[in-house]
Amino acid sequence: MKTLIKNALVFDPRNNLNNKNDILIEGKSIVEINENIKDQGYQVIDAADKVVIPALIDMHVHLREPGYEEKETVKTGCEAAAAGGFSAVAAMPNTNPVADNPAVVEHLHLKSKEALVKVYPIGSITKGSEGKKLSEIGTLANTGVKALSDDGQPVMDSEIMRRAMEYASAFNLPIIDHCEDKNLSKDGVMHEGYYSTIFGLHGIPAASEEVMVARDIVLAEMTGIHLHIAHLSTEGSLKLVKDAQNRGVNVTFEVTPHHLLLTDKEIEDYNPDTKVHPPLRSNRDVEVLQMALENGEIDVIATDHAPHTYEDKLGEFDYAANGISGLETALGLLHNYFIKDEKISWNDLIEMYYYKPAEILQVEAEGIKQGAAADLIVFNPAREWKVEKNKFKSKGKNTPFAGTILKGKNEITFVEGKMVYDDRGGKNEILY
Amino acid sequence: MSLKRKDFLGLYNVSAEEINEILDTAVAMKDILTRTVKKVPTLRGKTVINLFYEPSTRTKFSFNLAAKRLSADVMSISKSSSSIAKGESLLDTAKTMEVMGADVVVIRHSAPGAAKFLADNISASVLNAGDGAHAHPTQALLDIYSIKEKLGEISGLKVLIVGDIAHSRVARSNIWGLNKLGAEVSVAGPQTLLPREIDKMGVRVYNNLDEALEKVDVVNILRIQMERQESGLFPSIREYREIYGMNEKRLQRIGKKAVIMHPGPMNRGIEIDSSVADSSQSVITEQVKNGVAIRMALLYLLAGRELENENLN
Repeated sequence: MKTLIKNALVFDPRNNLNNKNDILIEGKSIVEINENIKDQGYQVIDAADKVVIPALIDMHVHLREPGYEEKETVKTGCEAAAAGGFSAVAAMPNTNPVADNPAVVEHLHLKSKEALVKVYPIGSITKGSEGKKLSEIGTLANTGVKALSDDGQPVMDSEIMRRAMEYASAFNLPIIDHCEDKNLSKDGVMHEGYYSTIFGLHGIPAASEEVMVARDIVLAEMTGIHLHIAHLSTEGSLKLVKDAQNRGVNVTFEVTPHHLLLTDKEIEDYNPDTKVHPPLRSNRDVEVLQMALENGEIDVIATDHAPHTYEDKLGEFDYAANGISGLETALGLLHNYFIKDEKISWNDLIEMYYYKPAEILQVEAEGIKQGAAADLIVFNPAREWKVEKNKFKSKGKNTPFAGTILKGKNEITFVEGKMVYDDRGGKNEILY
Repeated sequence: MSLKRKDFLGLYNVSAEEINEILDTAVAMKDILTRTVKKVPTLRGKTVINLFYEPSTRTKFSFNLAAKRLSADVMSISKSSSSIAKGESLLDTAKTMEVMGADVVVIRHSAPGAAKFLADNISASVLNAGDGAHAHPTQALLDIYSIKEKLGEISGLKVLIVGDIAHSRVARSNIWGLNKLGAEVSVAGPQTLLPREIDKMGVRVYNNLDEALEKVDVVNILRIQMERQESGLFPSIREYREIYGMNEKRLQRIGKKAVIMHPGPMNRGIEIDSSVADSSQSVITEQVKNGVAIRMALLYLLAGRELENENLN
């Protein structure tokens, strides 16, 4: 059975698509792209006034399995990804046990076989992500991990980080770096500044991130590894990375939608859903990150999807878990706040949220072209919708955007030619 | 007479009119405390629960006494003596309070925002008796009351708060309250004990105490916690005493009219010398007394929301 997407506005900068087209899908692949493909008894999707782009790749996701299945599973996390408009996610290794050995990675491979989207495993840098001894990096590489990261924890010991970078460079794996000096962040629970002062909450200074960004740029320069800074959140970090990039250091970085949109003032009601690591930063930081986005200076956007249970996020702000469930709001937010008003283009988004992550992880991403895998989404830019936690496919309902009205919604996700998510008419349906 | 709010969580969003209403009510309450029979039936049949998640002697005692003076039924629950110790969540504890028929829950908790969380989840009035470094509104009100009693109008007075501002809910609530009533507030302490961007709260900031002490009407000295020294925020107790301690020499410099305050408990001989604490300029013991009056006023204004002009005489 062939599927024909009719009259869509198709974008793909690397395949020179930015006009109205029809797309014919057969099996797993795109078989034809043309301005007018005749319906020969195909399953037809009327995409007039809709946008078709490659399904996004989120390189920073916590699927929580094994160990924290009450927060998320590979199955539910991938359903959330499908709903959010993604065809692939990279899974962070801070599960229980940590993905510091081939058994855990194999387990993830096994679970991923049944999942709706592709899952790229990330292995830990150090055993148990404790920052003390190197994981079996070579074996992890052979098991198919696409990157190394101790995300959730920094590698505090500079010597260990140096050796990890040196060792990993032989296996051609990037290091995704959670930059945080624990001595500076201490018992902090929000960004340190005026608002932490008046809310009486312990602060995490911007410097806690920036000193580690600086240190690891130096180490990356020394070792030649590809360093990718995870969830960059401050003006100072951005300056350090830009400066290093200009010098030719092999460093890239990602920014999350929440760090692009929310400031530390959001915490005023002590809503635990605004508690995240790194914390929501100052107005100045957010302005600078938005400026960088609009100037095309951001390499990658990634959610840092961090699902938690209701109980994890209930009660006192100090005791609540860190993290935001982001897969199902990311694209809607980016469209509503940036694409809709032409602050960035669809092509910019596709670079930051598809091609770049694929390059960093060294995974296939051919985009929308004849013969390529049919990984694409149909997006309705005119549709207004309200963020409702209870409609999330993710087990993690922890979003600070609940109740927000957004314009523009993903309506169909195709992964390898198969429709895995259908939200036409508000169906919000996952299809296996 | 009543406050147009269910809860009293801090002074940040309380108006000058409301503060003045509380202070005026406290005058009547203090009068009750000077009688031979120090009790009125105003809150008879009302239930006040003191929920203390943090050790406290004087605040808990003060609230207890305040509730009893108004004839409310009062119960105190503290961390060690109930299911709180078993890890019962704040939400479940709150719901229990609710079904027990509490009219006012007084809460002391180490987590900022805990009082607000409680307030959002129960229909009883919630009175914040200190939540982390966020707010301690009754302490600030009793401080303001004590200043007013001694010096008259608050407006135009120069008030200096000295010490560990960073970890102090007392300092924050005092700053909001005093600013609303038109005082000029300054803070002084080592930079490591001053929170970031505190100047944006509308205070002048000093690292040099002697400089800060020029032209002050009130000096409010905060307790220095010994663990701050252990965690490296200042080098030694000896040095703190020398540079930031309120001693006889500094007392003489500020003049006879200036008022000395301390929220207690004091570290005599560290942040405040005994000769200063016990001087005629000190209102430290009066603060304790005024604390009961202020808490009576707030319990009355919150629990008595539906009581009609109850006669306090």
